[in-house]
Amino acid sequence: MKQSSIIDIISPIMVGPSSSHTAGAVRLGLLARNVYNATPKKVTFKLYNSYALTGKGHGTDKGLLAGLLGLSVDDTRIKDIFNLDIAKNFEYKFEYLEDFNRHPNAVDFIIEGEQNMKISGDSIGAGEVVIRKINDFSVKFTGKYNTLLLVYKDVPNMIARVTNSIHVNIASLHCDRYAKGEEASMCVCLDGEINEKVIDFLGLIENVYMIRYIKKLDN
Amino acid sequence: MERIISTFEELSTCCKKYNKQIWELAQEREAEQAEISINEFRAIVKKSLDAMKEAIKNGLNCKEMSISGMCGDDCYKLQERYKKQHALFGSAFERITTYALSTIEENLRMGKIVACPTAGSCAIVPSVLVGFSDELNIDEKSQINALITAGEVGRIISNKVALAGAVAGCQAECGVASAMSAAALTQLRGGKIEEILNAMALAMKNLLGLTCDPVCGLVEIPCVKRNPFLAIHAVTASELALAGITSKIPPDEVIDALEQTGKLMSPTLKESSQAGLAKTKTAIELEKKLLK
Repeated sequence: MKQSSIIDIISPIMVGPSSSHTAGAVRLGLLARNVYNATPKKVTFKLYNSYALTGKGHGTDKGLLAGLLGLSVDDTRIKDIFNLDIAKNFEYKFEYLEDFNRHPNAVDFIIEGEQNMKISGDSIGAGEVVIRKINDFSVKFTGKYNTLLLVYKDVPNMIARVTNSIHVNIASLHCDRYAKGEEASMCVCLDGEINEKVIDFLGLIENVYMIRYIKKLDN
Repeated sequence: MERIISTFEELSTCCKKYNKQIWELAQEREAEQAEISINEFRAIVKKSLDAMKEAIKNGLNCKEMSISGMCGDDCYKLQERYKKQHALFGSAFERITTYALSTIEENLRMGKIVACPTAGSCAIVPSVLVGFSDELNIDEKSQINALITAGEVGRIISNKVALAGAVAGCQAECGVASAMSAAALTQLRGGKIEEILNAMALAMKNLLGLTCDPVCGLVEIPCVKRNPFLAIHAVTASELALAGITSKIPPDEVIDALEQTGKLMSPTLKESSQAGLAKTKTAIELEKKLLK
């Protein structure tokens, strides 16, 4: 049986009113921010299903934007985010959609800027979130672990080369590819931390197109 | 020491075996698993306790309405009432009910709260724990011990049932919060381990089947008022347990019933706002108004 911690039960400290619709939205925004890793020019937030229907009353729109701007779940400025100066750094808009193939609390971040990126995630309950897709790749990470994310050419030995360079325990490993020999993605969730040197080294591996080290979110 | 405790029976056996309180056992295990010291673990718990107290304080002085405009001034009304006429059950009752409303109203106006175990049930544990402690000047150390016990109760339940209205209805949110509070309060009042677990079981048992049918899908109706109600519910359970009254159905079996009831509950009554209060005539009208 999977064991939880007392801390999961008596936290997070967050701004209300909903762990899935407010805190979850902020966390999704924070993860998207870390994946994109640059200042966007324009962002379109696509909210699906319950996020679309009850999102306004729960401040889901505010939470998503606040997270993308780097505010944490307990930041009381979230309530007034639309009026803050930091919210004027880029253009943004919200779209509200229905799609029953998607999770009840799903969101797409369509980010335009130096590079364009689409990041999709779900808020799966009690403030827990999952990023499921980056552009066309399926990924899986939750912000509960430090996560190494790579996009690379699908050639033999890539997984071994990466995992051999990381000297911490791997909690989970998720790979996907567009097609054989084409672009592929690797999502490595770690029990510990890796330092920048390792990340720089991994970035030098031939056929690695993109690398991100996404730090775990505060509880 | 046993690293894994998944049931209340294991918890009770372990406490006896090592002659330790629930909170002692729990803090040792938590610290070990997180690879931190017991003091560091207690500091994390204290942070939650402090945030609970801050939310109570902020909510007591505010009557700002929620984004929907449906709720936000009930705590003010209750305080005004108590100024004119004291509560039938005395000042502890006054504290617990006002603290519960102040916290849950802070939540709906996007104030800072502790999701304990969830945002919609965030006022039950703090109102009982802090309300009672303020009333009887309980020291901070005991309050932290009580919050650890509340957390341990919630943790064991969550091993079997996800604490989410969408999974098992409000019985798994406000219901579990009430059970956690009953355990914490019973410990604060010097209850033995069996009494603490009985208080938990008695509170939980009487909330089985509680649905999650929020009007307009918002954490407002009936969530706001449910918090003070279930805070007082926890006090009742604690009184009974301290009198030596036991749950004839043992704690773990009550949780089995919680799990089964959650599974059998119609999805329309599990946070989807498709039935119950959410589909009453007035709720539908409110929804129309809100979507305008």
